[in-house]
Amino acid sequence: MTCLPAKVDKTLGLVIDLDTCVGCQACVTACKGWNDQGYGVPLSDQDPYGADPSGTFLNRVHSYQVEVADAAPQIVNFPRSCLHCADAPCVTVCPTGASYKRAEDGIVLVNEDACIGCGLCAWACPYGAREMDAAAGVMKKCTLCVDRIYNDQLPEQDREPACVRTCPTGARHFGDLSNPQSAVSRLVEARGGYALMPEIGTGPVNRYLPPRKKGAGLSGPLTALVDLPATGLAGWLDRLLGKL
Amino acid sequence: MTQPKLNLSPPVSDEVRQTTCYMCAGRCGINVHLKDGRVSYIEGNRDHPVNKGVLCAKGASGIMQVTAPSRLRAPLRRVGPRGSGAFEEISWDEALELAVSWMKPLRETAPEKLAFFTGRDQSQSLTGWWAQAFGTPNYAAHGGFCSVNMAAGGIYTIGGAFWEFGQPDWERTELFVMFGVAEDHDSNPLKIGIGKLKARGARVISVNPVRTGYSAVADDWYAITPGTDGLLILSLVHCLLEAGKIDLDYLAQWTNAPMLVNAAEGPEKGLFVRNAESQPFVIDRRTGQPAPWDGAGVEPDLGADWQGNRSVFRHLAETYLGPAYAPEAVADRCGIAAPRIRALAAELAEAAFDRAFAVPRPWTDFRGNRHETMQGRPVSFHAMRGISAHSNGFQTARALHLLQILLGSVEAPGGYRLKPPYPKPVEAHPTPHFVTVPGKPLSGPHLGYVRGPDDLALLPDGSPARIDKAFSWENPFSAHGLMHMVIPNAHAGDPYRIDTLFLYMANMAWNSSMNTAQVMEMLTAKEGDDYVIPRIIYSDAYASEMVAYADLILPDTTYLERHDCISMLDRPISEPDAAGDAIRWPVVAPDRPGSFGVRGFQSVLLDLGARLGLPGMVNEDGTPKYRDYADYMVTHQRRPGVGPLIGFRGDGTAEGRGAPNPDQLQRYIENGAFYQAHVPEEAAFFKPWNAAYQDWAVRLGIYETPQPYLFSLWSEPMRRFQLAAEGHGPRQPPDHLRARLKQAMHPLPIWYPPYGDADAAFGYKVHALTQRPMDMYHSWGSQNAWLRQIRGRNLLYLPTKIWLGQGFEAGDWARVSSRSGLITVPVAHMAALNENTVWTWNAIGKRKGAWALAPDAPEATVGFLLNHLISELLPRQEGGPRLSNSDPVTGQAAWFDQRVRLERVPAAERPAQSAPSFPELPDVPRAGGGRVQNFSKNLDRNFREFRGPRDPEGAP
Amino acid sequence: MHPAPSVILFTVLSGAGFGYLAFLALGFPAVAGWAGFAAWGFGYAMAVSGLLASTFHLGNPQRALLAFSQWRSSWLSREAWTSVAALTALAPMALSDWLGLGLLRGFGLVGAAFCAATVISTAMIYAQMKTVPRWRDWSTPVMFAAFAVAGGGVLAAPPVWAAALALAPGAALILSFRRGDGAFAAAGHSLGSATGLDRLGQPSVFEQPHTGGNYLMREMIHVVGRRHAARLRPIALLLAAAVPALLLVILPVPLARPLAFAIHLAGALAARWLFFAEAEHVVGLYYGKRG
Ligand SMILES: Nc1nc2c(c(=O)[nH]1)N[C@H]1C(S)=C(S)[C@@H](COP(=O)(O)OP(=O)(O)OC[C@H]3O[C@@H](n4cnc5c(=O)[nH]c(N)nc54)[C@H](O)[C@@H]3O)O[C@H]1N2
Ligand SMILES: Nc1nc2c(c(=O)[nH]1)N[C@H]1C(S)=C(S)[C@@H](COP(=O)(O)OP(=O)(O)OC[C@H]3O[C@@H](n4cnc5c(=O)[nH]c(N)nc54)[C@H](O)[C@@H]3O)O[C@H]1N2
Ligand code: SF4
Ligand code: SF4
Ligand code: SF4
Ligand code: SF4
Ligand code: SF4
Ligand SMILES: [Mo]
Repeated sequence: MTCLPAKVDKTLGLVIDLDTCVGCQACVTACKGWNDQGYGVPLSDQDPYGADPSGTFLNRVHSYQVEVADAAPQIVNFPRSCLHCADAPCVTVCPTGASYKRAEDGIVLVNEDACIGCGLCAWACPYGAREMDAAAGVMKKCTLCVDRIYNDQLPEQDREPACVRTCPTGARHFGDLSNPQSAVSRLVEARGGYALMPEIGTGPVNRYLPPRKKGAGLSGPLTALVDLPATGLAGWLDRLLGKL
Repeated sequence: MTQPKLNLSPPVSDEVRQTTCYMCAGRCGINVHLKDGRVSYIEGNRDHPVNKGVLCAKGASGIMQVTAPSRLRAPLRRVGPRGSGAFEEISWDEALELAVSWMKPLRETAPEKLAFFTGRDQSQSLTGWWAQAFGTPNYAAHGGFCSVNMAAGGIYTIGGAFWEFGQPDWERTELFVMFGVAEDHDSNPLKIGIGKLKARGARVISVNPVRTGYSAVADDWYAITPGTDGLLILSLVHCLLEAGKIDLDYLAQWTNAPMLVNAAEGPEKGLFVRNAESQPFVIDRRTGQPAPWDGAGVEPDLGADWQGNRSVFRHLAETYLGPAYAPEAVADRCGIAAPRIRALAAELAEAAFDRAFAVPRPWTDFRGNRHETMQGRPVSFHAMRGISAHSNGFQTARALHLLQILLGSVEAPGGYRLKPPYPKPVEAHPTPHFVTVPGKPLSGPHLGYVRGPDDLALLPDGSPARIDKAFSWENPFSAHGLMHMVIPNAHAGDPYRIDTLFLYMANMAWNSSMNTAQVMEMLTAKEGDDYVIPRIIYSDAYASEMVAYADLILPDTTYLERHDCISMLDRPISEPDAAGDAIRWPVVAPDRPGSFGVRGFQSVLLDLGARLGLPGMVNEDGTPKYRDYADYMVTHQRRPGVGPLIGFRGDGTAEGRGAPNPDQLQRYIENGAFYQAHVPEEAAFFKPWNAAYQDWAVRLGIYETPQPYLFSLWSEPMRRFQLAAEGHGPRQPPDHLRARLKQAMHPLPIWYPPYGDADAAFGYKVHALTQRPMDMYHSWGSQNAWLRQIRGRNLLYLPTKIWLGQGFEAGDWARVSSRSGLITVPVAHMAALNENTVWTWNAIGKRKGAWALAPDAPEATVGFLLNHLISELLPRQEGGPRLSNSDPVTGQAAWFDQRVRLERVPAAERPAQSAPSFPELPDVPRAGGGRVQNFSKNLDRNFREFRGPRDPEGAP
Repeated sequence: MHPAPSVILFTVLSGAGFGYLAFLALGFPAVAGWAGFAAWGFGYAMAVSGLLASTFHLGNPQRALLAFSQWRSSWLSREAWTSVAALTALAPMALSDWLGLGLLRGFGLVGAAFCAATVISTAMIYAQMKTVPRWRDWSTPVMFAAFAVAGGGVLAAPPVWAAALALAPGAALILSFRRGDGAFAAAGHSLGSATGLDRLGQPSVFEQPHTGGNYLMREMIHVVGRRHAARLRPIALLLAAAVPALLLVILPVPLARPLAFAIHLAGALAARWLFFAEAEHVVGLYYGKRG
């Protein structure tokens, strides 16, 4: 439905911990692998062994450097996929209704059978979450692994997105962000999770947990048991071994 | 349009088969999904001890490796000149007979003329055993150019190493400090562990010139100057000693700190004072009298000074309390301000002592003393090649172990825990075997741990017995051999010439060699009509750069098509709480239609062995003893009852020891392709001294008798080499090595500048490093159509000081030179980088024509290797031959000693391709296939007409 | 944004086509018989070929009919309806002009309104994009309208008016350049807000997520050389507006019209190329590329 549902029952989404993501790209290929054989047409690649390889991916991991005042510069790895926005402009621009937001869980999907491949939804998305497949000519995007999270052919514990399941550091979390009691909501609460480009008004569901403050620890100075220069090696030994 | 009805429960596949990943040496468990008999999807095995369900980027895209067009398809015999890539396909029988016709005469006359070296081989207990049976002394795997400093430094100090042979107590540690780790072999476990620390808010610190990956998420970052970690660590030791923040009880009980160092001038000086039974002893604090070190109730006196012989602890305190190790004295050199060093020491002490805790788990030590609790020290460390790949790496690794021992955290709850079969002291390891007798096997394994000059692998004339000069005066503790020196030495005929070079799984013509251009020349060099290295046999699974340089190719299967054995006899998949091993099995059949096909290398090796009639590989009637590797995995016995796999032995319930069980592999398959033997709770910590652990290890077959030992702060084996260098003993080093042995073989951990630092005097002041990308495995990642989209080219990253100082701009290139080479490469700025260091990703650059990539693939045009700048030899020095660019103790290749100079290429002269560039390799016969290339009729025009920005990525 | 030829052709041709049709519908010029057939035919041809060109931009044009379904929210869908409505509504008028049926001009008025709606809908496809600050402005429909009016006007407006209308795109372009140039900055999106890393400090790109190309980079991140744009802008202004107006003033109008129109069209293509090429999509921020 091209219009957004008046109300969604849940808002499923991802919470991504930037303090933990090491930028390993595992979620990128796990997503590619799952979705290459899952929802919709395969995620094609063009010129795969050639001079300009290019293909469709639903999840990309950036790496930024941040110059911090009075502290060492930092590197922050930054995964980027669909944020399943509440006010998803990608849905409303779609002329065919192929793009829609599910009323039951807020997942934004493309019905590939109805997609004409006009690209407007990708234009409308501020986050670059949509990539047109160059082989099938239909729009691809993160499905929040809708074919995993309810899949009763999978063991219960595997009913989570492929990227979450594979993330070696556990930097990706999946859950219902409309429920303040959910694990993801509590994480967001505790760690000051934030939305991307809030000023653009898309109402993203996914949240990012900011890197924790880096730098010196809290321990005080190394308090000496003995003042070595005052006692010399022999005195140091005596005092120290006296402890035993 | 209404919301479509979705099938939310589509079947994932027809069948799932569980095996072990091999996109790196990490050995994670995988679920391979099959649809219509083909691999359709790969995910992690949740029950697997290594990865607990997660996979890295390589593992999750393994499907791209199994289908890569670069897969070889048939044995190849060279028909054109070497390096030309002209091959004909031959049958397996022809190939094996050809190999036998080369090898058999060598075995009968001069077995050392066959050199068998393997790369990141996961079957070293087989390949080593094979080489032993052949009788050549010339065998090793890749550890020599990889991280033998880390392995040997650990074994000689704590009887175990970092690498993947241990891990922090992730559940309990409060502070985790990493030195020089970008990825590691144990990469998923490390990531899982860091994730656990992050989830609990425990503190992670990274010491690394470069802040990426793990260092990026670390809570604090020490941008150390490369090669100076030893100094930093010993300065931390200085601070801790000064403050008295060390675990005296731990030192007294579990280390050789209380042992007495012989002070008498002469051949015993610096060795331990021994009693009549030739046992070192300690002074008992209760009596002030000598007492056996392992005597019940003995309270060793750390401060002992007995008849002028002072304890190790006294030596240690005197050494490190000295002003040379004060933070203020090392700060400039390390590039870390003194207050930062003191702060780090304070953090370590705070974690180890202020946050100490006791685990209420009684245990009994080897002296028979019962302890009601286990003393926890929640501070742990990890280190890898950033420390290891320097010419002072062995000593630096020792220094780090010294640090964690002083904190009392090794094998303590919250600290660093070893994984079975470790801990295992030097004494429990063999010494090197090397004496050749034509037609006979070697009397023991090639690789081992040298206790003193007597164990060196020297011929009667004093020259090295091995082609790589391992276990010679040049590198006495080269426990993993020196793979990087095999080709240069064989080419130079130093120490001798060989006939057949047999390589497995090592891309020696490219990224695993230093000085690539010259190595390629050496491989093709001729003397008269013959090649200087007359014959080269190589097993690879893919069309790598090395393939073109072989005379005979034995094409291997890919990891989903073969049996493999990840065995306790070499590098198992143990956890601190469990010994573990694993298998691979053919979850899909090798499929190379229309050609002679591929075979698992281990099966081929056994076949070759049988054809050569090698002992152990043939029955009495001369028939092959093993049908194939699978048969060997089940039926081979190293010692009675002890075979390659510990699980499901005997009637299927025996663990560790037991008769071969014909159902064993099936049981492994049913169990997810792995087996775990759990360490009892009371045995889980303090393993080297824990009687329950020792007994368990004997039961499991790890060793035959309990092997308790003390941590070696003072190393007698090292001191023995110093003594020899000082002129003591019958075996004497050549004079040109005396000074360096005296320095490097110091029995206490010390620091000396890495040899590469000498280049600074020639104007090469900048450190040049590589790091492993988490999403690429050396050279083979690039044939993966998904991964190469993520990282298909590399840049040299320059720190702000150089970037601004030399006026670099986005999109720039630089000419980078070293004392031995020159490369011209694209550069980019990185702020989070030590100010005197440049770096790039390892092994992204490819030779044109290799790996079934288009010759204009970015990997081959702009991608580059740092290796072209690195020499396998040190510059010539007065009074001696050129020495290898390696650690003087272990022979570890000193990749990271590299110093360079940079020059900006003016914008108008920016080249289109990086240099050097080598002639395109011709395509070799290979399987083809792979990811299909297709375009939408409508969109491909758009795609082709606009190929996206080509400017270097990342240049801000 | 990637200046795709199909989309440039679509917007330029359909704009001029519907503009011209609107003039015809309103009776400027009054045409009859075969001249009427030719004039209406030309208008229809431009509009329809523009619409057809747009389908070349589609991955699955065979499903294009589905694009009519979402008129409640989608400007593209609305444009589909209005264009069909315009073409349908104008058919009786066209037939009447050709065959002399004498239909009231009032009928044409309805068609002309649909033409205007079509042009505005087309413009709104772009103007609605918050992701492209340069487009998201009232000047975008104004500019599209100006081009339609000029395209039609040069061919069809009464002589005095034609020259004046020809100048409209010039004014609109200058307006859109002026308003557009600062738009991205004014919208306030930055790498910092896009990533939230402004919390920490000053972020910049260290490494791209992929060294290979992808759809986003091809489609949204088109970096035009500044000098290139600086050169093209006056060319577009000259060709789209100044030269046609001048020709219409100095040459006899019947002679000037086709010439002026051809030149205007070339200018319109250049201007439309710039419209896309200069438009920066916020996703470029993630790639450290405003472009
Ligand atoms: N500059 C620089 N150079 C370095 C390093 C560095 O840090 N910096 N690191 C060094 C280190 S630590 C190492 S370990 C080396 C690694 O260097 P190599 O050991 O050469 O690593 P790979 O590129 O993985 O090459 C192994 C070969 O094995 C082949 N192979 C892959 N799978 C199979 C298989 O299943 N069967 C068979 N038979 N062959 C297979 C691959 O095709 C490839 O040709 O590089 C070293 N080189
Ligand atoms: N994804 C992936 N995983 C791999 C491999 C791979 O190719 N790809 N290769 C495998 C192999 S063979 C190996 S040996 C392991 C190696 O795993 P690592 O030891 O993690 O290897 P490197 O990437 O060489 O990382 C060396 C790190 O040390 C830092 N460093 C360099 N010099 C110094 C120094 O003087 N001091 C300090 N403190 N740091 C320094 C570098 O910046 C870099 O971060 O990885 C294994 N795992
Ligand atoms: S898998 Fe996890 S750690 Fe790796 S890049 Fe993705 S989010 Fe980051
Ligand atoms: S992130 Fe983009 S694609 Fe996803 S819902 Fe939001 S606007 Fe749509
Ligand atoms: S590309 Fe497909 S999903 Fe996107 S707007 Fe067009 S029709 Fe809708
Ligand atoms: S939720 Fe599924 S589709 Fe979305 S990024 Fe993760 S793996 Fe990809
Ligand atoms: S770390 Fe990655 S590549 Fe290595 S074994 Fe595990 S999943 Fe495979
Ligand atoms: Mo390695």
